[in-house]
Amino acid sequence: MSALTLQNITKRFGSTDVIRGVDLDVAEGEFVVFVGPSGCGKSTLLRIIAGLEDQTSGHVTIAGRNVDVTPPAKRGIAMVFQSYALYPHLTVKGNMGLALKQEGVDKGEIERRIAAAAKMLHLEALLERRPSELSGGQRQRVAIGRAIVRQPKLFLFDEPLSNLDAALRVNTRIEIANLHRVLGATMIYVTHDQVEAMTLADKIVVLSAGKIEQVGRPIDLYNKPANLFVAGFIGSPKMNFLKGASAEKLGATTIGIRPEHIRVVPAVGEWQGKISHLEQLGSDTFVYVAMEGAEPITVRIVGQADFEVGSTVGLEADVQHIHRFDADGRAI
Amino acid sequence: MSKARSSVARTGLVHLALGAYTLLALFPIFLVLVNSFKTRAGIFSTPLQLPSAKTFSLIGYETVLKQGDFLVYFQNSLIVTVASIFFVLLFGAMAAFALSEYRFRGNTMMALYLALGIMIPIRLGTVAILQGMVATGLVNTLMALILVYTAQGLPLAVFILSEFMRQVSDDLKNAGRVDGLSEYTIFFRLVLPLVRPAMATVAVFTMIPIWNDLWFPLILAPGEATKTVTLGAQMFIGQYVTNWNAVLSTLSLAIMPVLVLYLIFSRQLIRGITAGAVK
Ligand SMILES: Nc1ncnc2c1ncn2[C@@H]1O[C@H](COP(=O)(O)OP(=O)(O)OP(=O)(O)O)[C@@H](O)[C@H]1O
Ligand SMILES: [Mg+2]
Repeated sequence: MSALTLQNITKRFGSTDVIRGVDLDVAEGEFVVFVGPSGCGKSTLLRIIAGLEDQTSGHVTIAGRNVDVTPPAKRGIAMVFQSYALYPHLTVKGNMGLALKQEGVDKGEIERRIAAAAKMLHLEALLERRPSELSGGQRQRVAIGRAIVRQPKLFLFDEPLSNLDAALRVNTRIEIANLHRVLGATMIYVTHDQVEAMTLADKIVVLSAGKIEQVGRPIDLYNKPANLFVAGFIGSPKMNFLKGASAEKLGATTIGIRPEHIRVVPAVGEWQGKISHLEQLGSDTFVYVAMEGAEPITVRIVGQADFEVGSTVGLEADVQHIHRFDADGRAI
Repeated sequence: MSKARSSVARTGLVHLALGAYTLLALFPIFLVLVNSFKTRAGIFSTPLQLPSAKTFSLIGYETVLKQGDFLVYFQNSLIVTVASIFFVLLFGAMAAFALSEYRFRGNTMMALYLALGIMIPIRLGTVAILQGMVATGLVNTLMALILVYTAQGLPLAVFILSEFMRQVSDDLKNAGRVDGLSEYTIFFRLVLPLVRPAMATVAVFTMIPIWNDLWFPLILAPGEATKTVTLGAQMFIGQYVTNWNAVLSTLSLAIMPVLVLYLIFSRQLIRGITAGAVK
C-alpha cells in the first residue's frame, strides 16, 4: 500500500498558480526528497500534504485514506519546521508531550515514549529546559523528538537543517538518515540543498514552478536527467551546456557534459579556449575554460593539477557520457 | 558601543536632556501634590513652596473623604477603566488574530473599516450614542461607559495588535495545528504570550483617555451612583468659588490608581519599546 498519494494537486493564491497539477505516489518506508529552486512551491506542497493549506483541486491520500477534509492533527503526520517552532512556554518534555496529551494518550505511555525519543536523540539531560535555553542544534533535535513521539505514519520535514551551521548540518543529516533506518517510517523532506537530497533520498522529486520535472532515484536523476532543468539542477558543479555546431553534429539542439566527463588536452582539435579561473580544493581541481560563443566550461579533475590562468587549452569529452537535448529541452 | 558614542560629554548631555524633560513633565504633578497639602491661603500666597508648618493642612483630603461618595466615584472609575481595557484587549486581539491569520473575502475591507475608527473621533456620534443608550435603558449605568470606551479603544488596538500578530511565526502556529491544538488554544496559549508587550502598549494607550474622560460620564452617566472621579471632582469647581483644596486633593488621589495600573503594564511596555533591540 502506498503511504501517500497525490492526485492532480493544484493550488492558486489569488491569481497565481503556485502548484500546477502534481501527481505523486510514495511507497511505505520510502524517504522522498522534494528539491527545486526557491519559490517553486515545495513548502506549499508539503503544507498541503500536512493539511495546513487547502489544495485548490486534487486529492491527498495518506495510508489509503482520503484526507482532503481531515484536519492536520488527524492525518497521522508529524512535521518538523525550518524555524524549529518549539512552544516557548513549555519545557522540552512539555513540547514533546503536548500532542500526545491532546490525543488523550495516557500518562505512563507519554513518559515512556518521551524517554525513548530522548534517548535516541541524546536529549535526556535537557528534558526540563525551555527552548530559549537550548542551542540551535539542540532545538532542532527537540523538534525532531516532538515528531517521533507521535509515531506518525508520515514524517514531513521542511528544510530542517537550513538554520544550522555546516558541521552540525552534516551531523544532523546523518542522524536523520539513521532515524529513517531505525524507525522505518515514510519521510518527506524538503530541501534546496542537493547534497542533502542526493545523500538522504530513496527517491528525489525535482520541482520547478509548481510542476514535477522528474521523479527517480538520486543516481538515475544524475545519470539520466529527463530534461535540461533537471540536468542543470542536479549535480555540483553544474553540467556544462553547449549549443550550435557541436550540438548539431550529435543531432541535438543542446548537449550537456558533466564536469568530470571533460578532459583538458593540448590546444588542438575542435574545442579550444582560454583558462579563465582555477579552483584547487586538494581532492579536486576545477578548471574554468572560456570558449568562444559559449558559457565558460567547467572541468573537474580528480586530484591535484596545475594550469596557468590565461593559457589556451583544448577540451575533450567522453562521447558516451554526453547528454543530448531536443529543442524543447527534453532528453533524447 | 564605540568610544565616541559613550564619551562622558555625550552621556552627560543625554542625561541633561532627559532630566530636563522629566522635570518639565513632572512639574505640574509636583505642584498639584504639594498644594494639595496646604491651606487655601497657603496655596494662593506661596504656590511654589513646599508646605511649611504654617501652611500645612489636610483640609482638602478631609473634605473629599467626608464627601462619602468619593469612594464610590473611585470604584466607578476603576470598574469602567479595567473592564474597558479588558474588553478592548480581548476583542481587539481576537479581531487582530482573525485579520492577520485567516484569508477570507473582505479581509482588507474589514481591516480598513476598523482602522477608520482611529481617524474619526467617537464623540462625533455622541447624539446617536445617547439615543441608543436611552432606547436600551443603559443611561446612568457603568455598562454604557464600558461599551462606549470599548468601541473607542478597539480601532487602535486592532491596528497595533494585527501588525504584531503578523510577526508571530507561522511555523509555530502550524506546529500547534499539527499537534492538535484548537484555534482558541493557539490564540490564547501561543500567540497572546508572544504579543504581550504590544498588549501592554495598547492597554496604556487605552487606559489614560478613559480615566481622564469627562465627556461621556457627563452625558451618559451623570447620576450620583455612576459618577467617575473626573466628573466627581467637577463639583468642587464652581462658577464663582472653587474649592481648590478639594480639587487638588481629588486630583492627587486620582493619580494613584492609574499609577498602579501603569506600573503593572510598564514592565511589559518597556519590553515592547525595546523589542528587537534587546533580546
Ligand atoms: N500565503 C501566500 N499567499 C500568496 N502567495 C504565496 C503564499 N505562500 C506562498 N506563496 C507563493 O507561492 C510560491 C511558492 O512558495 P513556497 O513557500 O512553497 O516556495 P518554496 O519552494 O518552499 O521556496 P523556498 O525554497 O524559498 O522555501 C512563492 O512564489 C510564494 O510567493
Ligand atoms: Mg520553503
